[in-house]
Amino acid sequence: MQHAIEHNHSKHAADSHDHGHHDQESMKVLGFWIFLVTDCLLFGTLFATYIVLKGHVDGGPTGKELFEIPGFVAETFILLTSSFTSGLAVLAMNKGKVNQLIGWLIVTAVLGASFVGLEINEFVNMVHEGATISTSAFLTAFFTLVGTHGLHVSVGLIWMIGLMVQLKMRGITSVTRRKITVISLYWHFLDVVWIFLFTIVYLMGVM
Amino acid sequence: MYASIKSFASSFFVTGDPLIYGADVSIVLTSIAVLFVLFYFKKWGWLWREWLTTVDHKKIGIMYLFASLLMLFRGGVDALLMRTQLALPNVQFLQADHYNAVFTTHGTIMILFMAMPMMFGLFNMVVPLQIGARDVAYPFLNSVSFWLFFFGAMLFNLSFVIGGSPDAGWLSYPPLSEMSGSPGVGENFYIWGIQISGIGSLATGINFIVTILKMRAPGMKFMKMPMFTWSVFSSSIIIIFAFPILTVTLALLFIDRYMGGHLFTMDGGGFPMMYINLIWMWGHPEVYIVVLPAFGIFSEIVATFSRKRIFGYKSMVFALLSISILSFFTWVHHFFTMGSGADVNVAFAIATMAIGIPTGAKVFNWLFTMFRGRIRLEQPMMWTLAFIPCFVVGGATGVMLAVAPADYQYHNSYFLIAHFHQVLIGGVVFGYLAGIYYWWPKLFGFKLNERLGKYAFWLWNIGFYVCFMPQYALGFMGMTRRVYTYGWDMGWGPLNLVSTIGAFLMGIGFVFQVWQILYSVKYGERDTTGDPWNARTLEWSIPSPPPMYNFAVVPVVDERDSFWEDKERRDFAPAPPVPVSKLESIHMPKNSGVPIIFAACWFIAGFGFVFDWKWMAFSGLAGVGISLLVRSFTYDTDYYVPLEEVIETEKAAGRAV
Amino acid sequence: MSQHPAGAADHGHGHHDEHENHGSLKAYVIGFILSIVLTVIPLLVVFQTNMSKNGIIITIVTMAVIQLLVQLLFFMHIREGEGPKYNVMTLILGLFIVVVIVASSVWIMSFNSVVQ
Repeated sequence: MQHAIEHNHSKHAADSHDHGHHDQESMKVLGFWIFLVTDCLLFGTLFATYIVLKGHVDGGPTGKELFEIPGFVAETFILLTSSFTSGLAVLAMNKGKVNQLIGWLIVTAVLGASFVGLEINEFVNMVHEGATISTSAFLTAFFTLVGTHGLHVSVGLIWMIGLMVQLKMRGITSVTRRKITVISLYWHFLDVVWIFLFTIVYLMGVM
Repeated sequence: MYASIKSFASSFFVTGDPLIYGADVSIVLTSIAVLFVLFYFKKWGWLWREWLTTVDHKKIGIMYLFASLLMLFRGGVDALLMRTQLALPNVQFLQADHYNAVFTTHGTIMILFMAMPMMFGLFNMVVPLQIGARDVAYPFLNSVSFWLFFFGAMLFNLSFVIGGSPDAGWLSYPPLSEMSGSPGVGENFYIWGIQISGIGSLATGINFIVTILKMRAPGMKFMKMPMFTWSVFSSSIIIIFAFPILTVTLALLFIDRYMGGHLFTMDGGGFPMMYINLIWMWGHPEVYIVVLPAFGIFSEIVATFSRKRIFGYKSMVFALLSISILSFFTWVHHFFTMGSGADVNVAFAIATMAIGIPTGAKVFNWLFTMFRGRIRLEQPMMWTLAFIPCFVVGGATGVMLAVAPADYQYHNSYFLIAHFHQVLIGGVVFGYLAGIYYWWPKLFGFKLNERLGKYAFWLWNIGFYVCFMPQYALGFMGMTRRVYTYGWDMGWGPLNLVSTIGAFLMGIGFVFQVWQILYSVKYGERDTTGDPWNARTLEWSIPSPPPMYNFAVVPVVDERDSFWEDKERRDFAPAPPVPVSKLESIHMPKNSGVPIIFAACWFIAGFGFVFDWKWMAFSGLAGVGISLLVRSFTYDTDYYVPLEEVIETEKAAGRAV
Repeated sequence: MSQHPAGAADHGHGHHDEHENHGSLKAYVIGFILSIVLTVIPLLVVFQTNMSKNGIIITIVTMAVIQLLVQLLFFMHIREGEGPKYNVMTLILGLFIVVVIVASSVWIMSFNSVVQ
């Protein structure tokens, strides 16, 4: 592709340099998409385990006795909103407004942190009621599935903070642009996973 | 104080067996020797710059190759220990628990630490060259993958001398692998060794999918890609969908063991069969992951050494892709005897037989490619020819096993052992060996010695049949897998003795191959043309070994086997050198020390979790996180190879004027 | 292939937006409202109606799947981007295998268990 153009050498190199970056960044986004699909498989396997073991309560508490409706409904709406605000961050990035971008990322991170806080609170309450990870197969599967999602959100929070620092240092470049694109994909993906947790674990659990 | 150290050491180090003391001594001596050489010749800098931090796919491929040969040695020694123990009735060579550990590590090492890295080695050595790329899509990630494999394998192998080996079978079925059945640390080594290298395998799968999708030379449309590249693509598709399942399954087992979970335990409502269901969802696709690239290798070799285009290119591609999808629909045939009902068993029996169809189509394509071809019997072609009958027999016994009612008879007998060794050795090992012989001159610049190779070939092949044919019969005679010894009254003695002789023949074959490599380093036929086999695909258009940037000028492809077509057009005259004005400076990734440190931190974390030393586990994990942050904050990741250097390299290779 | 330099942040920026337009505010707001609605419906169905158990399950799972599509279309912009949609193809294949894993696990493991 580059060979068709007759340039003097240095100019040519500079051109293909930028061009190469553009290709590289879009290629990295594709790789991240594929990673997200593998993450779908990871959650799919956990869901399969949970569904198979859901009835294996071994005489211990069931989901209906344990799940607190206000708690998981609040978690759902908080994560949903954070998915929206991370989208607004991308919008600000496309307009080239770095401060607005960082602002929306902060809102997203605060929402994400409160989601994690609520989840930890939920877990602690369950443990106080005697429903621990070693109570029954059902509870092991529950804590593993929901905990894995919570761990993903927590990792995303640390990552987001790292990216905010990079944005402060470097502004919006093709590299930071790709990084923000990628983390917003990650964040939406976690929201989608949560929708299924909400439906299959919580709603079907309290039915 | 002394007493507490003594009691710690006696549980930390494995004691009481001369084999293990021997291993201790040889590990210490080898380490001292390696350190001495590095210090004496002041090679630390060289090692660090040229190998440990490299992101060059060719060097990573070579490291994979040698690591996997080392693992082949370890797994092979395990095999010979087992065959020695079983050679005659009532042999007292190994203790029963040692025998359990040996068959466990044999299986795990051969599949996960031998076949997988050897396959990744071939991916790395060949794919970018074959598609006309200068590296893989993510060179940094590629290095991460290698080091994760390496440290995972180290952790697993460490269990031999520290803490004790896993001994619950190569797939660690619960409830035996739970704390109730295996309270030692062996299962923890198993889980973390595989988990760490498994993350690397997943990353490699993503890497090669994107490499093949995005990095092909201009003009190389999908239906113009070489067959090996297609097979790597199909295999990588299976990797990205299967390996997350393995990750989850092992994590769940670890949660049971470490946090007192009850997923697969006998109490607390646990359901051990769910583990078996999950592990085979990975395990069955896994065998297709390792065998598809072997199919690709055979396709390349058959075409090259028959001097013909591959027969039925489109059907080959279709077969590869349909196998990669169908492989996700057959896993229950590993546990028909669980008794989940006739409907389930029938469905998976039919799916299993269906997957034989595309596989059979490929065999016919290879045969038709050879038909009326001008066949040259060089080493790669010999292994290919040996593969075909071996794999056909293995496939046929596989279809026998797929018949669910009959499987109740064969299940876990030596018939099964013979079947899967026939497809895994006859298919995968022969395939990879063929690939190594074929691409060795490209990577190293010299051919492997023919005479020693032929000895190795015949030892392997005769040894194979002598070893495994009796095992089919032993299976029918009622010998079950994993028995540690048997009595004279069983009547299994003679066939077992024959089988053991065969195993040692293969062992001698391996020794010949090691000798062959060492001999050829000095005396092997040098390849000055870059195309020693008169081959068909792009990797042969560049010098052997290739320059660091592979292609000075990115090739333009307009048809299948375009390198061959070019050669035909110019009547097999040497390719004209490229004028210097066509060359330019080349954009390449920079080396990085982060991958090895990142993977070493995983190793530390894994070791900490194995022994439940939380301080160590969490400092390892912290190191993992810090390595990721360091990488994220690194923006200076690539550079340009100066034009002068490119010109000089190309001129030295006689490729530019 | 386009020849504009993508590395420079301010140069050729308008061109960039055409190619990598990550949705508009309107799209995000619509997506957000739809998501809220698709979350409220299952809540109402579960807590406020007397549908049969199977009816509820079918309804709420359908809502979840629609919400997946909403997020993919309005938030993750799977329709956009140049060239072949390898990400969408991988996603479809991956979701297909997820369904296979979940459905057949339930089928296979239901032989003597309390799977509901």
